[in-house]
Amino acid sequence: MCGATEGGLSLDGVDVKKEAIIQGQVLRSGEPVGNAYVRLLDRTGEFTAEVPTSATGHFRFFAGPGDWTLRTLAPKAEPVDTTVTAATGAVQEVAVSVAS
Amino acid sequence: MSRENALVTADWVEEHLDDPSIVLVEVDEDTTSYDKGHIRGAIKLDWTTDLQDQVRRDFVNKEQFEALLSDRGVSNDHTVVLYGGNNNWFAAYAYWYFKLYGHQDVKLLDGGRKKWELDSRQLTDDVPTREKTSYTATEQDKSIRAFRDEVVAAIGTQNLVDVRSPDEYAGRLLAPAHLPQEQAQRAGHIPTAASVPWSKAANDDGTFRSDDELRTIYSDAGVDWDKDTIAYCRIGERSSHTWFVLKELLGQQNVKNYDGSWTEYGSLVGVPVALGDEPGQAEGQGA
Repeated sequence: MCGATEGGLSLDGVDVKKEAIIQGQVLRSGEPVGNAYVRLLDRTGEFTAEVPTSATGHFRFFAGPGDWTLRTLAPKAEPVDTTVTAATGAVQEVAVSVAS
Repeated sequence: MSRENALVTADWVEEHLDDPSIVLVEVDEDTTSYDKGHIRGAIKLDWTTDLQDQVRRDFVNKEQFEALLSDRGVSNDHTVVLYGGNNNWFAAYAYWYFKLYGHQDVKLLDGGRKKWELDSRQLTDDVPTREKTSYTATEQDKSIRAFRDEVVAAIGTQNLVDVRSPDEYAGRLLAPAHLPQEQAQRAGHIPTAASVPWSKAANDDGTFRSDDELRTIYSDAGVDWDKDTIAYCRIGERSSHTWFVLKELLGQQNVKNYDGSWTEYGSLVGVPVALGDEPGQAEGQGA
């Protein structure tokens, strides 16, 4: 599909030049987790946003430039924290593995 | 109001799935969530079509709300139990909306859809059919809804509580970070508003913190319990969550939700705006 990215989510209609995008996929033993929740925490650890994963385990945030933490919650798993640095005009791809 | 009257647990909902006096209602920001599975027996309200006037920026009127609930099979005597995604943002918005139109018995499912899913509780695709009713709403209860002029007048005199994320409050982001950031209005916050992100009131699983924890959070942020309070966010849904905490869980009097919120205030001509992490001052006060 035109505009599709490695992360699997289309960026059609999004002006990537103006956004600092963090996106990726949640996996359990290599399989997508479609009922997980990913929380975006700012550099002080404060909650900024949360999304449920898609059926294919994908998620996306429009963050600002800087350091962020992704906190992933999934059924029958401990929360997983992943740090990521976002930059305006770039798409940061993140793979999150939760315990199997 | 109190926690016992306004909030129910997931266990309670499971025990009452077949109780005919209860109507479960799912309300989500992502209006397709319900279609991907919902709690058995739950009906759906779409906040973009069912609850908004489709021409001007306002809610559906009393007659439209009556027609909506009659059509969906909700009667005045039903206990309405609301839940949804985004930690109940839009369910809390619908809760406030039901109260605005005078529904007596409304409750929120603590933790909403997320807690239900993380607990691996059952969801279904079956859409229930309900008998139509003849619902009667009251006139809007303006004691819980704030409009822009009272918000401007509240600067420096009432509690203004900005419940958006710290980066939105400071003007570093214009929208919650799951949405694109391109917006027409100015960034920042209403001068003198305390920053208490809605998320401080909730645990990671979306359930509300204890009353003692909640009181401490708002006191520490500078909320004066002897003053009237107006909560706002970007479009009025996250601030419904905070309105619910202050009014329904903690029993604070005179709490209003400003549904115009930042998308209105940040577009007004000539009103004061504060940038950065500090509340700032009312014009004419201090330096």
